[in-house]
Amino acid sequence: MEKHCTESRVKGVSTGTTILAAVFDGGVVIGFYLRSTINKVIQVHDRIFCCIAGSLADAQAITKAAKFHLSFHSVQMESPPRVMAAASVLKDLCYKNREELQAGFITAGWDKKNGPQVYVVALGGMLINQLVTIAGSGSTYIYGYIDAKYKPNMTKEECLQFATNALALAMGRDNVSGGVAHLVVVTEKGVEHVVVPGDKLPKFHDE
Amino acid sequence: MLGFMRGQPLLSTVIHREKMAAAPVMMPYFGQQISSKSDLVPDWTRQEVSTGTTIMAVEYDGGVVIGADSRTTTGAYIANRVTDKLTRIHNKIYCCRSGSAADTQAIAEIVAYQLGFHSIELDEPPLVETAANLFRASCYRYREELTAGILVAGWDKRKGGQVYSVPIGGMLVRQPVSVGGSGSTYIYGFMDANYKPGMNKEQCMELTAAALSLAMERDGSSGGVVRLASISEEGVERRVILGNQLPKFSTH
Repeated sequence: MEKHCTESRVKGVSTGTTILAAVFDGGVVIGFYLRSTINKVIQVHDRIFCCIAGSLADAQAITKAAKFHLSFHSVQMESPPRVMAAASVLKDLCYKNREELQAGFITAGWDKKNGPQVYVVALGGMLINQLVTIAGSGSTYIYGYIDAKYKPNMTKEECLQFATNALALAMGRDNVSGGVAHLVVVTEKGVEHVVVPGDKLPKFHDE
Repeated sequence: MLGFMRGQPLLSTVIHREKMAAAPVMMPYFGQQISSKSDLVPDWTRQEVSTGTTIMAVEYDGGVVIGADSRTTTGAYIANRVTDKLTRIHNKIYCCRSGSAADTQAIAEIVAYQLGFHSIELDEPPLVETAANLFRASCYRYREELTAGILVAGWDKRKGGQVYSVPIGGMLVRQPVSVGGSGSTYIYGFMDANYKPGMNKEQCMELTAAALSLAMERDGSSGGVVRLASISEEGVERRVILGNQLPKFSTH
């Protein structure tokens, strides 16, 4: 019922954010749009990115601890950490302190063993592996779109187009105007950052 | 002229009756001695019946297509899994209901009465805009007491197919395509991407069925079957798409 729907959204407080992470054939695309200048997408290692959802204060505290754990782990292992390792570190912190914390994460990246991966650490500390996931206040509007449009094993160009469209649709409905969408592509070769200004975003049917 | 002055006392009596009728129905039959706070009765007996829902209406050249899911919930219990949320107001005017089941049923009954009376006075089929305004009048006047989000859609010979949205609060706006209910948030993006002006009836039907399926997948308060109807000069055509026949999207 509409009342329930608005309550849950008010709790989250529209921060004018939409974050998307999607796996394609050979890498991951992380797309995000931020109304504020607060940095919600953090590079925790060469090919691993971590996107924050939920309470910013909690998330920043966790990320700081996680970065330390991860770099220590990487030194011990003498190799770049796996994406699963980064996600697990976050999950451990979230689960052990689940009573006090209100933060969720999307961890996305590439590693040599399993290739491109996207992990979601939800509010209570659940960790799941998904091919595509979204978060942020604008994400509710594009669940239907990503369910319909995402296909596994897309090419990089297809995935970039998919991510751009999804972000444009979310922004259109989440009451954010102007601004810039960011796309980060992580593959074996490295990290690529594409910036799409508001006027270059695809336009959809506007009522 | 619309019998609206007579409609006012009628509305308040009907509403009080529905609300009072709701209370004994909610209590379990054996529960007269059991307090409603007791752990012995499930949570959902204390919850109001809600059509937490997904509804959609699309205009095409020559008519409208309307659609809804079929789930009515009382808390976590699905009170009716084959609900018909597409309610006839007049021969070629239907409404899609979302929000409180009691409120929307009451309002729809009253508007159907008012519109029928008006149509007889006019001696011709009523306009969709009139029906929408009657909904808006009731929804706005009693906005504090009601929880009703309604899509009014139909065909009349003056303006053809029309969709009017009367969301919670009692606003009225005409839109070529509109979605409503708790599940609607999940399909705004899909709708923006896939609706194009100038679609024909079959395309509108497919778009509505796809959008409703996607919403039903994500919204816990929407589910069951998809009920569709198309309204045009020729009349009203109703369809049901059962669970296993719903369009499937890539499961990942």
